[in-house]
Amino acid sequence: MTFVKTKIELSKLQAGDILEVLLTEGEPLDNVPRNAKEQGYNVLSVEHVEGTTHRVTIKK
Amino acid sequence: MAETKKLSIIAFSGDFDKLTAVFTLGTGAAAVGYEVNIFFTFWGLDAIKKKQGRSFTGGNWLTKIFGFMMGGLKVTPTSRFNFLGAGPKIFRYLMKKNNVATLEELVEAAKALGINMYACEMAMHVLGLKKEDFIPEVKDVLGVASFLKLSDGGQTLFI
Repeated sequence: MTFVKTKIELSKLQAGDILEVLLTEGEPLDNVPRNAKEQGYNVLSVEHVEGTTHRVTIKK
Repeated sequence: MAETKKLSIIAFSGDFDKLTAVFTLGTGAAAVGYEVNIFFTFWGLDAIKKKQGRSFTGGNWLTKIFGFMMGGLKVTPTSRFNFLGAGPKIFRYLMKKNNVATLEELVEAAKALGINMYACEMAMHVLGLKKEDFIPEVKDVLGVASFLKLSDGGQTLFI
């Protein structure tokens, strides 16, 4: 579902726009950057925010 | 293989939990680039009714009563732990609390992702339902032959 939500948000953006997604460790953090890359989006960074939360920056 | 992968789901059940499985799989697959077809039949038709509560949809008095008893998305029962209708409320609460998408959110996501939704012609006939009774995202009314043609070459699930 995290990638489903990410994908829907990405679809609302224009090419070149940047989306920040906050993800928890485990499945969401493995899955979202991988799928974004597979679908041709540019994953700019994955940074640790706090605790188990990470911020993934994706460029459309 | 450059061809689009395809997942087709026959949504037979009108149970809250099984419909959650249908839409979780469907949206997940659509998000990673699958073509997704969902064929709603019999109890599953409850999920795509325009009126999400209870209403007397149907052709004659008998199907109208059935329509009321079956209801729509908001009143779907759970297959277990229904507790006379309290079950789905408890599950909705648990899902929200754990940040898991609820059935309604999943259906909205399915629409946003452009999942192809179809209604079963025969079941609609039996239950006295018309295409106008369903949400506008329902693309078409189909029979078995057309569904088989659509699902050909992909994976098919019956839920």
